[in-house]
Amino acid sequence: MSAAITDFAPNHYGNPVRKKILSIGLMASLLPFIAALAGHQISSGWGALFLAFAPFILCALAYIWVTYSDTTPGIKNDGVIFGQFTGRGLAAIMLGMVLTGLYVTLYWFPQYLGFVDWGKPAVGVIFLLEPLSQALRGTYADQWFLYGFLYTVGVSVMGARMLYRYRHNKYQILRTFSVMFFQLAFGFILPGLLKSFSQPEFYFTYFWPLKSEYLFPGKWSEMMAHPGGLGTLMLVWGVVASFILTPILTYRFGKRWYCSWVCGCGGLAETAGDPFRQLSSKKLSAWKFERWSIHLVLVLITVLTVLLWIDLGEFSQSYKKAYGFGVGSLLSGVVGVGFYPLLGSRVWCRFFCPMAAVLGVFQRFFSRFRITTNGDQCISCGNCSMYCEMGIDVRAYAMQGKNIIRASCVGCGVCAAVCPRGVLKLENGKTHADRFEGAENPLAELMRSLSSH
Amino acid sequence: MDILIKKQSDRHVVILGNGIAGVTTALSLRERDSKCRITIVSGETEQFYSRPALMYIYMGHMTLENTRPYEPWFWKKKKIELCQGWVERIDISTKTLIFADSKTLNYDQLVLATGSVPNKFGWPGQDLKGVQGLYSLQELQSLEAMSSRIKTAVIVGGGLIGVELAEMLHSRGKHVIILAREDTYWSNAMPLEETKMVGDVIRAAGIDLRLNAELQEIVDDGSGQACALITKTGERIECEFVGLTAGVGPNLSALKNSEIPTGRGILCDFSFRTHIDDVFACGDCAEIETPDGERNRMEQLWYTGKMHGEILAGVLCGEDLTYDRGIWFNSAKFIDLEWHTYGQVPPCGRPQPEGVSHLYWEAADKRHSFRLVIQDDAVIGVNAMGIRYRHKICERWIAEKRSPTAVFKNLAEGNFDPEFYRRYEPEIVQVFQAQLSRGGAR
Repeated sequence: MSAAITDFAPNHYGNPVRKKILSIGLMASLLPFIAALAGHQISSGWGALFLAFAPFILCALAYIWVTYSDTTPGIKNDGVIFGQFTGRGLAAIMLGMVLTGLYVTLYWFPQYLGFVDWGKPAVGVIFLLEPLSQALRGTYADQWFLYGFLYTVGVSVMGARMLYRYRHNKYQILRTFSVMFFQLAFGFILPGLLKSFSQPEFYFTYFWPLKSEYLFPGKWSEMMAHPGGLGTLMLVWGVVASFILTPILTYRFGKRWYCSWVCGCGGLAETAGDPFRQLSSKKLSAWKFERWSIHLVLVLITVLTVLLWIDLGEFSQSYKKAYGFGVGSLLSGVVGVGFYPLLGSRVWCRFFCPMAAVLGVFQRFFSRFRITTNGDQCISCGNCSMYCEMGIDVRAYAMQGKNIIRASCVGCGVCAAVCPRGVLKLENGKTHADRFEGAENPLAELMRSLSSH
Repeated sequence: MDILIKKQSDRHVVILGNGIAGVTTALSLRERDSKCRITIVSGETEQFYSRPALMYIYMGHMTLENTRPYEPWFWKKKKIELCQGWVERIDISTKTLIFADSKTLNYDQLVLATGSVPNKFGWPGQDLKGVQGLYSLQELQSLEAMSSRIKTAVIVGGGLIGVELAEMLHSRGKHVIILAREDTYWSNAMPLEETKMVGDVIRAAGIDLRLNAELQEIVDDGSGQACALITKTGERIECEFVGLTAGVGPNLSALKNSEIPTGRGILCDFSFRTHIDDVFACGDCAEIETPDGERNRMEQLWYTGKMHGEILAGVLCGEDLTYDRGIWFNSAKFIDLEWHTYGQVPPCGRPQPEGVSHLYWEAADKRHSFRLVIQDDAVIGVNAMGIRYRHKICERWIAEKRSPTAVFKNLAEGNFDPEFYRRYEPEIVQVFQAQLSRGGAR
């Protein structure tokens, strides 16, 4: 189909004039940041903070409102292929460059954002957040606070979009509220509050092997030395979460309990990443690569953890640095988020996350969770595969009437939502043993049984 | 006609048509016979794609590539050859297909799975530019090519393709009018209350649905282009596009001047054997001959095409199989409203069978409904709007001739909606029990 689409406004829904105006508003509200990046001194204080961020956030929310307020509840994928952002257009490439640039700057050139030094107040963009950082954490704003703030705003605003877009689907509503809550409460506010009480800045919703330092000896000594004993309790939580809670919850619910209901990476992917979920590759070759890459990272982090405990001195430290750079910064941050508009929202989760690898093994071999298919109602349209953010060829299973039990499935439920014939259902079975039921080709069986003489 | 064909490793099976019927035949045949040569011929596309997904290409939900269930390497792996070309003639005496570009292809066994074409009933102006049905990829491409010119589109025929085409055009900002001949939407497929719900949903989406409206003629602007449509009541509607969605009929274009007997479709028996040795037909294009007095069977659905293919593959290998459709099932989506049906659900536009009663429940928001059709204290049909039900369970209720009260007990088990969705079963059962004691909803 090569005919140029000329009768289609990008992002089909909503009044195009109002959306144009709001888009201009969005662009305009970025000007203070560009000015700050260029070195202009901005004033500080709550007023400045509000003026810097409120216009953008309000324009974004208004844009979301205008887009969907005139629509009837239902799936809203018109124009996804044609869209400048959703269809790998010019806007998507530029957005990808901006996101990638942001991560590179955060990790390796924070001075451009105004970072001066640890223990000193910052300038520029980071300094805009000073009042909030002082109020929440009682300390100077740094680039990681800026990151956490932007991340939380992203999940919240795009979460609002997700809620409105899927307002007809109770599962999507609850799941989206869940990730928004966990990011805001456990990913931003609580760690900040803990710091203000001179306690360790602990993230309760991240554990080993994803937040691997919670099992590193260095972190252990630091936390256990903390006066009051809370540090030790947090470490115990980390161990319990990794080795007791994880297997139990994954057995009961599949890995979705974490990956699409709790995890912050997942939270961003499901909200800010929703416009890009269809960009994941459904090719068999991608699946083959994924199985190797994700388990390799798990092996690497396990080796690193062991190396740190048995302490091989310089070697252990270099390995740690390399892992931190390669996996922590490059794959998780730069590629993981920066490449949303080009490769989809779950590149990190699908190809590299060691937590996902662990959860996936449980889901594949020892879990009650499955996606059941509804007999022979599948019309092979491909919507399910298209909108699967993990690149699972859901259709291949559905058209054969087979249950979907895949290590990478995060249980986002979008495949079931977009299916036009109601063929898919996410379910926790009564036992793990029967989850492959329906795996035989029911149609062929039926035909043979009905018609042989 | 009754030649038993043994599994032959060197026979060449040619399948004309790469839709679901042809492709299912090919794949099921390959499962049974790993040695025979299989070629799938199609003029429409080289690769099999899901026809029901055509609408999503136009709407921008997917690309054509996304609608293909199999990657290109799959066909090579299965050793199934794909041949793209339009067949102009079939010479059964030499067992040859002759293509439009004069190339030829020989077969030992031929499967005709040529699908359908949109019906044209001789309306004046039906062949003008801007007037077309929506069935094939070529028709989609022609619509796409002229899409930016279209301000108003009129759709003639109120059925499934009609509502899908309406949704397509509406999604691209066109003003859409549907002319349906019946007095309620798709009355030859659904009971009254459900047709009203569908009509409601279509109008709520901003589409101008006109019932009791028929096409009289399509007006030429002088250059061979459609510019307006006139209804039977004399109303003139200015438009740039007319969609003909008054049903489909078998595609017999390749059978022009061939000796293969056809009626409306390609005549065959319940094993899909045509009147000509080594020539078979399945899917939309097949017309299964039935005993005297009964209407010949034509099944123009995705699901039945698949079932035909499964049986025919066995027949091609000499298995003694005949087609038995089993318990009817179907599903569709009207804009945002999903429909699932199992068993016999008498539509309001057809004569009602004897001894049949209905239990019907509708939600207050008029976007969910559930119906049980009962005969001799057994559930014979299930019709659900806006609620997903399990195919296997509904099928079991019907196959086991469960009584209504037995079904009420297990109704919740049949629910297939996503988790956390509102469960209507208690309400439904309550309403049904009251209706049952009164002898039915009607």
